[in-house]
Amino acid sequence: MTAAPAWDALRSEILRKALSIGIAVSIYGVSFGALGSTTGLSIAQTQALSLLMFTGASQFALVSTIASGGTAIAAVAASWLLGTRNAAYSLRMSPVLQVTGARKLLASHLTIDESTAMGLSQDEKLHDGNASKLAFWSTGLSVFVLWNVATFIGAITVKAIGDPKALGLDAAIAAGLFALVWPQIKDKHTLSAAMGGALIALVLTPVLPAGLPVLAAAVVAVVIGWSWSKQVNA
Amino acid sequence: MWFTVLAGAAGCYALKYLGAAIPESFLENPLVKRIVMLLPISLLCALVAVQTFGSSKGLTIDARVPAVGVASLVLWRKGSFILVVLSAAITAGLLRHFGIAQ
Repeated sequence: MTAAPAWDALRSEILRKALSIGIAVSIYGVSFGALGSTTGLSIAQTQALSLLMFTGASQFALVSTIASGGTAIAAVAASWLLGTRNAAYSLRMSPVLQVTGARKLLASHLTIDESTAMGLSQDEKLHDGNASKLAFWSTGLSVFVLWNVATFIGAITVKAIGDPKALGLDAAIAAGLFALVWPQIKDKHTLSAAMGGALIALVLTPVLPAGLPVLAAAVVAVVIGWSWSKQVNA
Repeated sequence: MWFTVLAGAAGCYALKYLGAAIPESFLENPLVKRIVMLLPISLLCALVAVQTFGSSKGLTIDARVPAVGVASLVLWRKGSFILVVLSAAITAGLLRHFGIAQ
């Protein structure tokens, strides 16, 4: 058993991580800004998506649907579908964050893959839960600010600074999320949830539209949680 | 177009708020508690898997696979977060630069 890290050291480590996640994600923000303003959205509309929708996968889905000639309804539906997993994230984060009123409204807005993964990567009991809270808030704010600045740069320059793929950023973001989930895999239940979720999403990827395969992983969590409870009660 | 932008954003915000609006007493049920604890683990691992193997045509093996493999090794050897992320970026970047993988 190692001693809990001192708050100052942990705090700066969390803030460094939050900033680096924001920087990595912002390169995609530039791509999003450029894509948005070249597919029929004005600069203001592109920026509004980053400010108000603020969930990358949904924003790309909406813009790509319009770009491929889809209807407004189809574009809206695609963005909602991709945004559905955020409901599960905010459900999980609410006992961790313990917020009410205006802070609850703001916390909801900042609930995305990165902020949730960062919040949960910290031990919930560490420093009275402040480590988890700081990880969530700092990552949410870092990504929000940098994502929006990046969107603006992309929208006005209408070209990406660099190709995110050439920089290996697609792999870096996957690896970063994996590193954040890693500490949560502690026993056979969490391991089954992790592997089952990954497996079902991969099996369904060739047959279902984007967004649904990841969402289907929720079924795995329900089944494992249910069988785990039965074992406990038996 | 403003309708599309605002309707999309309103729905996405409503989804984010939905989870936070569910009363905490609901989470006190042990079964619900376990499921909610496992949910983000399943969803995020599913996302990582799709980000690693997914393409517009289904599944594919390209530079991302060895990159995430190298990063996992760094993670297993207890490398720092930055090192994990950089090792993935550098691996994928180099493989693509030299045309070894897409």
